[in-house]
Amino acid sequence: MQLDAAQLLSILPEIAVLITACLVLVVDLYLKERNKGINHGLTLVGLVVAMALTGLGAGGERVLALGGNVVRDHLSDVLKVFVLIVSFLAFVYARPWLKDRGLLTGEYYVLGLFAVLGMLVMIAANSFLTLYLGLELLALCLYALVAFDRDSKPGSEAAMKYFVLGALGSGMLLYGVSMIYGATGSIELATVAKAVAEQGVENRILVFGIVFLVIGIGFKFGAVPFHMWVPDIYEGAPTPVVLLLGSAPKIAAFALAIRLLVDGLGGMHPDWQGMLVILAVLSMGLGNLLAIAQANIKRMLAYSTISHVGFLFLGLLAGTSEGYAAAMFYAIVYALMAAGAFGILIILSREGFDAESLDDLRGLNDRDPWYAALMAILMFSMAGVPPTVGFMAKLLVLQAVVRVDLVWLAVVAVAFSIIGAFYYLRVVKLIYFEKPTNQAPLLASGGVRVAMTVNGLAVLLLGIFPAGLLGLCQTAFG
Amino acid sequence: MESGFPLLTLTIWLPILGGIAVLASGDKAGGVSKWTALAFAVLTFLVSLGLWLGFDASTPEMQFVERAAWIPYFDVYYYLGVDGISMPLIVLTTFITIFVIVAGWDVITYRPSQYMAAFLILDGVMVGVFSALDAILFYVFWEAMLIPMFLIIGVWGGPNRVYATIKFFLYTFFGSVFMLVALIYLYFQADSFSILDFQAVQLGMTAQTLIFIAFLLAFAVKVPMFPVHTWLPDAHVEAPTGGSVILAAIMLKIGGYGFLRFSLPITPDASASLDWLIITLSLIAVIYIGFVALVQQDMKKLIAYSSIAHMGFVTLGFFLLFTILQKSGGTSGAVMGIQGGMIQMISHGFISGALFLCVGVLYDRVHSRQIADYGGVIHTMPWFGAFLVYFAMANAGLPGTSGFVGEFMVILATFRADFWFAVLAATTLVLAAAFTLWMVKRVVYGEVKSDKVAKLQDLNGREAFNLGALAAVVLLFGLWPAPLVNVMQTTVENLVVQISACKLPAEEAGRCTLPRAEPVAAVTP
Repeated sequence: MQLDAAQLLSILPEIAVLITACLVLVVDLYLKERNKGINHGLTLVGLVVAMALTGLGAGGERVLALGGNVVRDHLSDVLKVFVLIVSFLAFVYARPWLKDRGLLTGEYYVLGLFAVLGMLVMIAANSFLTLYLGLELLALCLYALVAFDRDSKPGSEAAMKYFVLGALGSGMLLYGVSMIYGATGSIELATVAKAVAEQGVENRILVFGIVFLVIGIGFKFGAVPFHMWVPDIYEGAPTPVVLLLGSAPKIAAFALAIRLLVDGLGGMHPDWQGMLVILAVLSMGLGNLLAIAQANIKRMLAYSTISHVGFLFLGLLAGTSEGYAAAMFYAIVYALMAAGAFGILIILSREGFDAESLDDLRGLNDRDPWYAALMAILMFSMAGVPPTVGFMAKLLVLQAVVRVDLVWLAVVAVAFSIIGAFYYLRVVKLIYFEKPTNQAPLLASGGVRVAMTVNGLAVLLLGIFPAGLLGLCQTAFG
Repeated sequence: MESGFPLLTLTIWLPILGGIAVLASGDKAGGVSKWTALAFAVLTFLVSLGLWLGFDASTPEMQFVERAAWIPYFDVYYYLGVDGISMPLIVLTTFITIFVIVAGWDVITYRPSQYMAAFLILDGVMVGVFSALDAILFYVFWEAMLIPMFLIIGVWGGPNRVYATIKFFLYTFFGSVFMLVALIYLYFQADSFSILDFQAVQLGMTAQTLIFIAFLLAFAVKVPMFPVHTWLPDAHVEAPTGGSVILAAIMLKIGGYGFLRFSLPITPDASASLDWLIITLSLIAVIYIGFVALVQQDMKKLIAYSSIAHMGFVTLGFFLLFTILQKSGGTSGAVMGIQGGMIQMISHGFISGALFLCVGVLYDRVHSRQIADYGGVIHTMPWFGAFLVYFAMANAGLPGTSGFVGEFMVILATFRADFWFAVLAATTLVLAAAFTLWMVKRVVYGEVKSDKVAKLQDLNGREAFNLGALAAVVLLFGLWPAPLVNVMQTTVENLVVQISACKLPAEEAGRCTLPRAEPVAAVTP
């Protein structure tokens, strides 16, 4: 394989993130305790550079690089930018929390940056190998991050669970990949796609392979019935880590699903469509129903994630380019909403106190009307109430399933979204209709306020002017 | 008809921007936020008057049309326009909002700027509902309306407000999500999200029935019709005065508007085959809910039930049309039924709004809504007593008030359909008189009941302005309803022609109960 410099052009964002990670790793060694903020600054600069590089290299023809293992196309450009933006927000929100607890160490940033790198690699993958490398890089960093607060027992427990179940999920995925390799003789997506088109359902091994792949994807998304890890991890892990693992990785998981199911196995759409229908209905149902019973807001948001994954699958299973674009829109929008919601939880926390119970949101409007308004926007958006972007996302996936004559699925989806509306409303109720029990000042520096404002208003404005983002998603799928 | 100046856009966005300005002004600077709010409300009303003045009543076409691409990949347009049905409702909306702002002036002490802002934003959004001609735009406004109302009831409401507001939100949300699926389905049939294109599309009977049911769920909850009306008494009782006024005067009308804009013209055959259902539910609302209103102890609850009964009248007027068409063959009776329903909606907007303001006046002084706590109010508050008696008479349909005109037209139309329907419907006159006047008797007349009543102060300037203005309008449209009737005449006639043509595709032509005609072409600009 010839390696010339031109090939590296398409992986410049990854290189930038990698360099930043290494830089933070080294610089951190020489930093005194009070200067640890430099890690933060370096990380943000690195992410911005990576964003700029993605933006500069964007557009134009689809480019294969590194022996066909890596691809740069519209899809990867858009997804990368949004992964970087959401991660940027996550790092900004996390800082005051970490600082308060004396955890503002290099490890968080190094692991976080490697996780971002893993996501970028997943998005750029054009072969099973690259995909798996990215996935594992992401997963290993997240396992370590969950246990990152060494003294926290729930954190260690959550990390252990996450590791075991995550490894199981990766194992399934790998097993599926091996079967598909056996059936098609290649791990490159394009070659696999060609072989699939020739063999179709006739090849039983291929069908088995798909089953395992879908299970693996289900694990990584946290779709029912492979969702067991989600609530426990969300509850046990430190909030800044949940913020990191609950937002941008959904975009990466979407890339995983698109690369595997559409780029690789698009020819077998009828086979995996049925499986996704089951996963989608179960996720929307169980996620929304169980979220009602939660008193812990992190757990509630975990179940809400599960239900959103169900909605996202609606777009995927439609199997049209319109449906994929809708799912992509959904993934990006969800990552933004999740980042904002967990960001608010971080703002509500302070030294020795984590905002975990729903009651901690009580009377937020009296403590800070602006954050209250932003959280209300986020909650209405998650519930799918116009004019927020959450509604647009739901509208697009519903439209995609109605297009392929699955009207019943759309009816099921909206029925569950009514149930979902209840628990999001409960949060708004606590914010606006109750008196605060806790008058402690909110934890937030100026930067956090700006970032949260941008995040919250983005959710509102993208709902009123969705054409731009939707256009990006549409061009990604031609 | 395209118009150069975006009058509708201005009517929608002016109050919303005003709301944001009021929010930004905050509560620190004393009266600034209130005066800003009032200025925007009055300005919006004046702008909306431009709609009335510039309206051409001789054509059923959409007027003041604006159309711009909103989500081009998805054929969604920012598409606005009004006809003779929606224009009066828009003016009603902007008109009533002024009184709501004035009524909350001194009464609201907790974060008044947020309160005023919520009503201004609601104003704009409701105008948006009435003027949207794109289904998705309509749906966005329709749902967005819930957010301010949810907060208004929940933040400024009574003791049981949380229960009431969540019930309100979930009921309405439940009704409308199925409508969303129906709208998306219609998009694939009509290949456009324009409501006018929806009205021109041919649909099989099964599809029509399902779509009709989806629409019915949405609109029946909003109107509200028996048996999905139970959220309304709760919401009314707990809402602050302004919230009750908007709820009764405008939000309920959106349900009735939905029937005229969506259910009837898009699914006429399903409507014709299921009209017995709506007629039955409407008659139940008129009679049963009338009796329920009779036994209420709480004034707001009583007016809430009275609203349900009156709205039953409205839906009755709308859905009698198929029976009338079959019996008489002509369209004049059907036109009268729909017009009667429309006038009833507008007049009920004034009257119920005024009644809720009256209850608010008492509540602000005594902090009780129980009828039993009052008695002899006329001795201490003569002006207030006079207004309350007047509006109660109007609510009971006294000739000379606007309440009479609509009811009379609907009853006349009902006679053309079926004598016994008319008899049942006419009981509303007796029942409405019974429950309103009995309430008035217990509250206003008799001996002064308690010290609290003895200490009551009569209306202050703001309250007198509110009630006086509404009383004048009620009288005006009661004596001279012609402007209102004329403005909607051609639109309603065109609507009846459109509804009375079978829209089933050729292969199902045998099942047409409506006269088969070439579907009326949608009026596209």
